[in-house]
Amino acid sequence: MTALLSLRGVTAFYGAIQALKGVDLDVNEGEIVTLIGANGAGKSTLMMTICGNPRARDGQILYDGADISALPTHLIMRRAIAQSPEGRRIFPRMSVYENLLMGAHGRSAAEAEETMEQVFALFPRMKERATQRGGTLSGGEQQMLAIGRALMSRPRLLLLDEPSLGLAPLVVRQIFSAIRDLNRSTGLTVLLVEQNAFQALRLAHRGYVLVNGAITMAGTGPDLLARPEIRAAYLEGGH
Amino acid sequence: MLRDAFLSALVALGLFGAMIGLKTDVGATALTLTPRPLAVAVAVGLVFVGRLALLAWKKARPPHATGPGALARRMARIGHFVAPLLLAFAVALPLFAGRYWLDMGILVLTYVMLGWGLNIVVGLAGLLDLGYVAFYAVGAYAYALLSTQLGLGFWTCLPLAGILAAFWGMLLGFPVLRLRGDYLAIVTLAFGEIIRVVLLNWVSLTGGPNGISGIPRPTLFGLTFTAGGGEGSFADFFGIEPSVSHRVIFLYYVILGLALLTNWVSLRLRRLPLGRAWEALREDEVACRSLGINVTVTKLTAFAIGAAFGGFAGAFFATRQAFVSPESFTFIESAVVLAIVVLGGLGSQLGVALAALVMIGGSEVFRDLAEYRMLIFGAALVVMMVVRPRGLVSGRAPSVALGSRKRIAAEMVTEGRG
Ligand SMILES: Nc1ncnc2c1ncn2[C@@H]1O[C@H](COP(=O)(O)OP(=O)(O)OP(=O)(O)O)[C@@H](O)[C@H]1O
Ligand SMILES: [Mg+2]
Repeated sequence: MTALLSLRGVTAFYGAIQALKGVDLDVNEGEIVTLIGANGAGKSTLMMTICGNPRARDGQILYDGADISALPTHLIMRRAIAQSPEGRRIFPRMSVYENLLMGAHGRSAAEAEETMEQVFALFPRMKERATQRGGTLSGGEQQMLAIGRALMSRPRLLLLDEPSLGLAPLVVRQIFSAIRDLNRSTGLTVLLVEQNAFQALRLAHRGYVLVNGAITMAGTGPDLLARPEIRAAYLEGGH
Repeated sequence: MLRDAFLSALVALGLFGAMIGLKTDVGATALTLTPRPLAVAVAVGLVFVGRLALLAWKKARPPHATGPGALARRMARIGHFVAPLLLAFAVALPLFAGRYWLDMGILVLTYVMLGWGLNIVVGLAGLLDLGYVAFYAVGAYAYALLSTQLGLGFWTCLPLAGILAAFWGMLLGFPVLRLRGDYLAIVTLAFGEIIRVVLLNWVSLTGGPNGISGIPRPTLFGLTFTAGGGEGSFADFFGIEPSVSHRVIFLYYVILGLALLTNWVSLRLRRLPLGRAWEALREDEVACRSLGINVTVTKLTAFAIGAAFGGFAGAFFATRQAFVSPESFTFIESAVVLAIVVLGGLGSQLGVALAALVMIGGSEVFRDLAEYRMLIFGAALVVMMVVRPRGLVSGRAPSVALGSRKRIAAEMVTEGRG
């Protein structure tokens, strides 16, 4: 396996505050990798830095063999990377259908229609709600829409920031199983940021733990799940 | 309720106490102040009673009687009839209307066009622009200068005026790319004023406060509309009696055509990826970035295209008046156009047209009541915002639909962010 995405010594700053302190991380082609960590550890920042907003100050972000760390965001996103950002950020006043079309920005109408059928197959609920306004969807539906919208660009690498945020356990299981299906059937590579460490580590092939802007642990899902320090810090009471 | 009304009355007392309560008279030697306690009492009393009535009405109005969805559907159905009717009326107006009404029609249509142009920037892309009049001015002066200095005709200058205004739109766009909301509003406001001050002070080019006069009138394929008829005039060519009303009718159809062009372009753009990107930008800029949309280009095109229509309208204004001066391009113009867009319901084409009709036509009709015009205008604004806080036509039809079109009511959505 070759690494589709590798971060080497990546740092990022918000003004004078250093949010990432030299992150090394690899995501191989066809893998689901999860990144777990406490609130404020810098998980979302890491996702956004991959997308070039904020820019990495030092280090390299290699994607498909090329350093993308100096590219503007919209050009990075054109390289078959898609992101479902933290808090879903769907377009509330646009219909589900229009939301999905926005994800296919810059692609032909025929291609968009075809991809949309695939998204509808994955989330049949989206087809039922195609004409409904994004803002009137339930939280779970909005998450499906956010993932569906990201998939509309036919990415090779999907970045998901806390898809389980604020959702009931049953809906979380639905969404995670959709991610697993996608990964198995199409070989989609996924980098998943999660608070819900137990479920995320069970889903992922490998995981990283981020503490205060630096990676402190890495390993396979079952490996990390078995470690006592992980159990103590991230899994207490969570099932 | 009583407490609320009492508080309102208190505020009114504070406001009116000095404004109405003290009247200045020019006495024999100096200004004298005359207190008018009765007038203040009446004003404060009116506010008290008005506030009580408003609250009572709000309480009495059953919240479900008309149901937000039902109301929006009814509005949508009415819209289907109103738009074509309005268009037919506009096209037929010169057949039966006299000079006064045609002039009024031209004025209203100019504002309809400005409203539709600004609607691209404010309604679609969500960029609050308080300096739209700047582009109107650029267009007007572009035509005025090109025609009087270089002798170019109206139809050559029209696109040039649009392009120049679009260029200035981009110029404004660059520094404000990172700004949002209030900050954007303030910078655009300043931009509008800067343009006006430059026009006022660059006397050698613009004539300063004296403006530019003798701007040529437009021609129809080379045919002129001179009142006396004569060689090469419209009347001469068609062998009819020369009349001033020909020119007015011609101008009327020119602005009607320009306004319809603005409408057509806006509607087309909304269906294109660019227009959808504008709407998405209004909703959530971060999400747009994460979808690979070039936010810079998207914003600049909104400014440029909106400005271009302002420029067209400006060129028309110059040719109609045959005279331009900085006085016509004050902040109040920007404010009126913005009010039209907001009243019309941000993003709604029909709403903007109706709002322009009500605001411009309305204030012309109330001209006889000159003293009370602003009062009526202000009251109308307040009533509007209470009765229809989202504007006259507040539904937003999806620009693209899967299968059957379905209108989605604005009222069904909880207040969006920003
Ligand atoms: N736009 C910003 N400006 C300044 N500081 C920021 C900004 N965004 C994040 N930070 C700071 O960077 C640090 C990392 O934030 P980040 O959002 O990446 O955390 P996170 O791991 O995603 O947390 P959570 O699990 O709560 O989402 C925090 O200390 C945060 O306050
Ligand atoms: Mg986060």
